[in-house]
This record gives sequence, structure tokens and C-alpha cells, in this order.
Amino acid sequence: MTDAERDEVRAAVRQAVSVSFATGLYGVSFGALSVAAGLDLAQTMALSLLMFSGGSQFAFIGVVASGGTATAAVATAGLLGVRNGLYGPQVAPLLGAHGWRRPLAAQLTIDESTAVGTAHPPGRAARAGFWWTGVGVFVLWNLFTLGGALLGDALGDPRRYGLDAAAAAAFLALVWPRLSGPHARLARLVGGAAVVAALATTPVLPAGVPVLLAAAIAIVVGMLAPAAPEPHRDEARSADPADEGGRR
Amino acid sequence: MSPTVTWVAVLVGAAVVFAIKLVGHLVPEHWLAEPRVARTASLVTVALLSALVAVQAVAQGQALVADARLPALAVAAVALALRAPFVVVVVLAAATAAGLRALGMS
Repeated sequence: MTDAERDEVRAAVRQAVSVSFATGLYGVSFGALSVAAGLDLAQTMALSLLMFSGGSQFAFIGVVASGGTATAAVATAGLLGVRNGLYGPQVAPLLGAHGWRRPLAAQLTIDESTAVGTAHPPGRAARAGFWWTGVGVFVLWNLFTLGGALLGDALGDPRRYGLDAAAAAAFLALVWPRLSGPHARLARLVGGAAVVAALATTPVLPAGVPVLLAAAIAIVVGMLAPAAPEPHRDEARSADPADEGGRR
Repeated sequence: MSPTVTWVAVLVGAAVVFAIKLVGHLVPEHWLAEPRVARTASLVTVALLSALVAVQAVAQGQALVADARLPALAVAAVALALRAPFVVVVVLAAATAAGLRALGMS
């Protein structure tokens, strides 16, 4: 390794550690909200260990909390996980992982590991950024989920502590950076339409379905809207790394 | 949802999310490089999260209810506009709702 390479790797690791802490920390809110939604400790931990994708996990418990069906919960979590699938083709060539490392790399492919990995020069630095962030977030996310679940379990009625409002705020924080990134105008339009559609159909459709209806609107708009050259920033690098670290 | 059904949903959901990640690592790069596909995926995320904000903020079963969650969400929006970190946003929203309920709001 040359000195320059060593510096690049060190910078990638440093960024990975800070992103891991910032992200891992809000595993506390996930753990607390999950038990407030009615999942037990083991189910909450299974979500963080096995599903390991913040947006999908929050969506899953959101649908459960609102009384939705298992199918709606799985479908919503799966749809929110689709973007992870789009990260694979970006990080796979950087990692060159084979054998057992490939499924491991796949499980650790989330917003943060992709963002840090692709933010550094291809080679050792990019690999260090991806693996340190992936493993770091995984370990801390699960530790903090456990803490939040134990805390939430001990609290009693979640409404008294405003945990129901915290869930809405968590989703708002997750969508916020996406409303100013690439395709901001279209994103705001779709977000607004999703809110209207979900609220208008909540009284008449079974719980969970209004949320899926919003996804259907996005698919129709995404496939049909002209690919107008909207003014955008730094879109070339990837589908979606607009989010700075710490948001998932 | 009964505990058994919840377990099935947790495991199937986790398998689906993992399968999506794995497929991303196995497909040839150009398959997903189509801009329309990438844009649609990102819009689906926006739509789902926006709908979840709305439902979490005002739905109670199948009824729409305005209670302490709405002012709490407004506080969260202000915090986000001021670039507060995620944890701060969530805690502020919870504290707002808890405070208003302690004062008698539903």
C-alpha cells in the first residue's frame, strides 16, 4: 500500500465509524416503536438481525401497528427494500466478493454502506468504506435495537410517551432528504399524491392497503412521466446516495 | 395479528428483503442501470414513506383523528428544516406529544 492509499483507507474507516454511530443510535427508536407496535423482543430482534434495512423495518411495524394484514406488512417492507436491490450493481464491482462473502455483502448492502463505499476511490478505500460501514451499522443497529426494545417494554402505554407521534416523525425524517435530492419536483408531487391517496382511502380500505396504493401511484408516475432533464445534482454516481450518512 | 402470524410475516419479510439485496449483487449491472427503473424505485420509496407519515399521524384504525400527533409532527418538520439529527427529531416529536397529552389533549 502506498502512503496515499493508506490515507484514503484511513479516511474511509473514519467516515464509516461516524456513520455507524449516527445510524446505529436510532436503532433505539426502532426497538421502542417495535414493541409499542405489539411485536415481542425476539420478533423485534429478528427484524433487525435478518431484515436489516431501516426503512423496511419501520414500515413493517408501522403496518402492524395500524392493524394491517401480514401480507400488507411483507409487501410494504419488500417495496421499501427495492432500492437496496439497485445498490447491488454499484457496489458488487467495487467489492469483487465471491463464495460466502457474496451473501454477506448482500445482507450488508444498505443506504449507508453504499453511500460510504461509493464515496471513496475504487480499490482498498472503497472496500474498507463498505465493509466497515456495513459491519459497524449492523453491530450498533442491533445493540441499540435491543436497548430500545427493553426500554420500550418497561414503559407501558406508548401513547403516554408520545411514541405514536415519534413513529410519524421517524418516517418524516426518512423521507425528508429525498424531497430535495434528484428529481425533487417529481418526488414532492408523488409524496403529496401519496398522502392524499392514503388518507382518502383509509376509511374505506383495510389497514395497510392505502400505503400500498401510494406505491402503485409512484410506479405509474415513475414509468410514465417523461424522463425530463430536471436540474439535478451529482446524479451520475448512483441511484440514490443523496442522503448523507445517518439516514436510512 | 396473532404471534404465529407475526412470526411468519417477520421471517417471510426478512427473506424477501434479503432476496432483493442478493439479486442486486447477481444481476448484470446494465439491467438496473435504466434511469426509468432507478427513478421509479426512488419514487416508490418516497410514496411509501409519505403515506406512512400520513397514516401514522392521523389514522386511528379506519378513522381519521386530529390529536397531539399533528403538532408533534409539525415540531419534527421544523427540526428537520433546521437540520437536526434523526434522533433529535424523533425525541422532540415524542416529547411534544407526551407534553400535550399531559396537559389534557387527546
